[in-house]
Amino acid sequence: MRRPGAVWTAAALAVASVLAVPSAVVLASLARPAREVWVHLWRTQLLEVLGNTLALVAGVGAGTLLVGGGLAWLVVTYRFPGARVFEWALILPLAVPAYVIGFAFLGLFDFTGPVQTALRAALGAGARLPELRSWGGVVLVMTLVFYPYVYLLARTAFREQGAATLETARSLGRSRLAAFREVTLPMARPSLVAGVSLAMMEALADVGTVATFGYRTLTESVYRVWYGMFDRAAAAQLASLLLLFALGMLALERGLRGRARFVQSQRRGSGIAPVRLRGGRAWAASAACAAVLGLAFALPVAQLLAWAGGALGGWQAPRFAALVGHTLLLAGLAATLAALLALVLAYAGRLHPSPGVRLAARSASMGYALPGAVIAVGVLVPLAWLDHGLAGALGWLAGHPVPLLLTGSAAGLVFAYVARFLSVSFQTVEASLGKIPPSLDDAARSLGVGAGGTLARVHLPLMRGGLLTALLLVFVETMKELPATLLLRPMGLDTLAIEVWERTSEAMWADAAAPALAIVAAGLAPVVIAIRLSGRRVS
Amino acid sequence: MRATPFRSPLLALALLAALPAAAGAQAPGEIVVYSARSHYNQEPAFEAFTRKTGIAIRTLGGNAPELFERLKAEGDRTPADVLITVDAGNLWNAARAGLLARVDSPELAQSIPAHLRDPEHRWVGLTTRARTIMYHTKKVSPAELSTYEALGDPKWKGRLCLRTSSHVYNQSLIATMIKRYGEPRVEDVLRAWIANKPVLINSDTKILEAIAAGQCDVGLANTYYLGRLVAKDPAFPVLPFWANQQTTGTHVNISGGGVTAHARHRAGAIKLLEFLTSPEAQQMFADANFEFPANPQAGLNPVVARWGKFRQDDVNVAAAGEFQAAATRVADRAGYK
Repeated sequence: MRRPGAVWTAAALAVASVLAVPSAVVLASLARPAREVWVHLWRTQLLEVLGNTLALVAGVGAGTLLVGGGLAWLVVTYRFPGARVFEWALILPLAVPAYVIGFAFLGLFDFTGPVQTALRAALGAGARLPELRSWGGVVLVMTLVFYPYVYLLARTAFREQGAATLETARSLGRSRLAAFREVTLPMARPSLVAGVSLAMMEALADVGTVATFGYRTLTESVYRVWYGMFDRAAAAQLASLLLLFALGMLALERGLRGRARFVQSQRRGSGIAPVRLRGGRAWAASAACAAVLGLAFALPVAQLLAWAGGALGGWQAPRFAALVGHTLLLAGLAATLAALLALVLAYAGRLHPSPGVRLAARSASMGYALPGAVIAVGVLVPLAWLDHGLAGALGWLAGHPVPLLLTGSAAGLVFAYVARFLSVSFQTVEASLGKIPPSLDDAARSLGVGAGGTLARVHLPLMRGGLLTALLLVFVETMKELPATLLLRPMGLDTLAIEVWERTSEAMWADAAAPALAIVAAGLAPVVIAIRLSGRRVS
Repeated sequence: MRATPFRSPLLALALLAALPAAAGAQAPGEIVVYSARSHYNQEPAFEAFTRKTGIAIRTLGGNAPELFERLKAEGDRTPADVLITVDAGNLWNAARAGLLARVDSPELAQSIPAHLRDPEHRWVGLTTRARTIMYHTKKVSPAELSTYEALGDPKWKGRLCLRTSSHVYNQSLIATMIKRYGEPRVEDVLRAWIANKPVLINSDTKILEAIAAGQCDVGLANTYYLGRLVAKDPAFPVLPFWANQQTTGTHVNISGGGVTAHARHRAGAIKLLEFLTSPEAQQMFADANFEFPANPQAGLNPVVARWGKFRQDDVNVAAAGEFQAAATRVADRAGYK
């Protein structure tokens, strides 16, 4: 190794430039601004929509930090009734697609739902709950959907901190809370920030929930212009604003992570020894966990079960098996590829932390802030261009017309997934890698081990928890993914999410309940596996 | 642990390369339909066509604007022979983008009334859906109702449920009104609706349920959503009122289809459209989803027939496309979200 990292830098730049293409296609639309549409939007809604978007993102950020971070702290540092079960069960809501929770909430708590109907019966026709179709309603639902990102990353971060760090602080006379504030929290900050920024990006790109709740965001406007005015170019320009938002968040994230670098100073072994809570405090902790789990998981699943009712029996096993198979296969491919590429980007940044590599990693993970259908078109257009060239060349060689190979292929679809979700695996992997002390790299290098060898033999074993989290998150994300799947899938390669969409696009929730439950069930498997594999030791 | 992270992706990539071949295999003569109708996988009329002709059909479902992007990107190498979508505005847009080819078929012209077809013969209606006023049978008397415009009357203040203007069915309704009355007058109508502080709900089914539960007394919805609810619960306390019978007629929209510009099985595709518009297939559409058949020779579903006959607005449904962008703008200006 003449110059450590040169190969990795080159690989990272290559990976990033391919993955940034879809976002670049979206940004390229800015070259010819649709002035008329912008003027119209400015006059009618742009300010309101921007304000709504900011308010939503801020609300979801604060909500997920509070719920996800708080619960992670609770289960890692305390023992209370049910804590062991809650520790893994609190990840479960991840398997429930956002639109399912949103719809279940509306179904239950809307004017026509059972709760308000009962209220009116008991208290008279004037009895109302606060309107769910509002900022508060959307923030509540999205917090419940997205807090597991923060929870997962924070839990890993809290667990990875050795007991000794906290004990030292305590022995220096700090109270438990002060030790948390001054030691644990700063060290977990990269993970917390990563989790919160994932949740905020999700909120930014979401269209299903905001449409269901009638809350207008920038993303909603993108669709309004695209579908309502048939103006995809203007829609792409509007989507570019989302990228600006995302850039702003990244800058903020950089700032929040701060200049300080926190690394583990010792081998992790024991983890924090949890303190047993007693009496009212113990039950309060249990109640907090149970409340979140009940709202985010039990409630929507119960609602789905109620909708499904007897309809579950009417399922054709072969079609169902095919749907599950396609879903798992695509999710597995996307998760693996995304983790691998994230590793390349993160490791290149570690070996050679140049601005170029950092920029490459950031631009490769921009896709997460874009609505799925927008990034799918960003994939489709260059892919088809390449494909036509390829088909033309092959056809010329073969002497007869050749069909398209990439457009509408699984490869194209997986590329879209990775372009969309790389941010998830990158944030997770980078946060995990960042906690390994550089002294270990130096030690390995002084023993004559190359960069690749160090990664495989030193870093990977230490990053097991982070890597598993990255795989899990992208896997579940892909399983739930709809817009890119809808636009890019090969004919016949339908997934569970497609099946749910097909049945819900006409609001036939009773019909959609069974496949939606299947998504939840199929999402549970990797969650449980990841928990098993990550074990209680290091995670 | 050491080597596996690198070996498994290689295996995955190999699998990936094998997939398109498996999924894309196509039987000779098979017709490919891109469909934005819901339940594209279970169209009884498609199955009947295959039984009758032996020609197999493969479908790819999706939202209309996205299917268009795919068709556009695939260009002259697209596997699609037929494009089917809901909403005339979408069909108009597909035709404008050059995605549909002209088909001169006397049979289609005979089956489907002129206002439900493209004047330039690139698409035809397959089903008709009426979007009209829905009212609670115990709280509203039909005598109080007349036109879409009259829903702006202050007597409906706080009693009105509307879908958001982002939905294409509302956009098409507004677009047809613009064709009839011009933008300024329609903007006034929408302002009057909004002045009544309607509850905005992004689902026709939910609007009907909201009327039944007493959240509002009147609303606008497509009739087939009511058909589904009534089929489940015959006592459902909501009925359609046929709007604008004394003036323009009730607004209708279509789901429809056309042959793609680069269809490889053009003859088969035309045959499919001709079959789908025949009374036999039209009956299946009518029965499957409580829609109105586009071919007047086909009978109505009994649930639908009970609502009585009505006069359709006979303005060509292409207006929905022509004025859709204008409809979105007018709604924006009127503060109709």
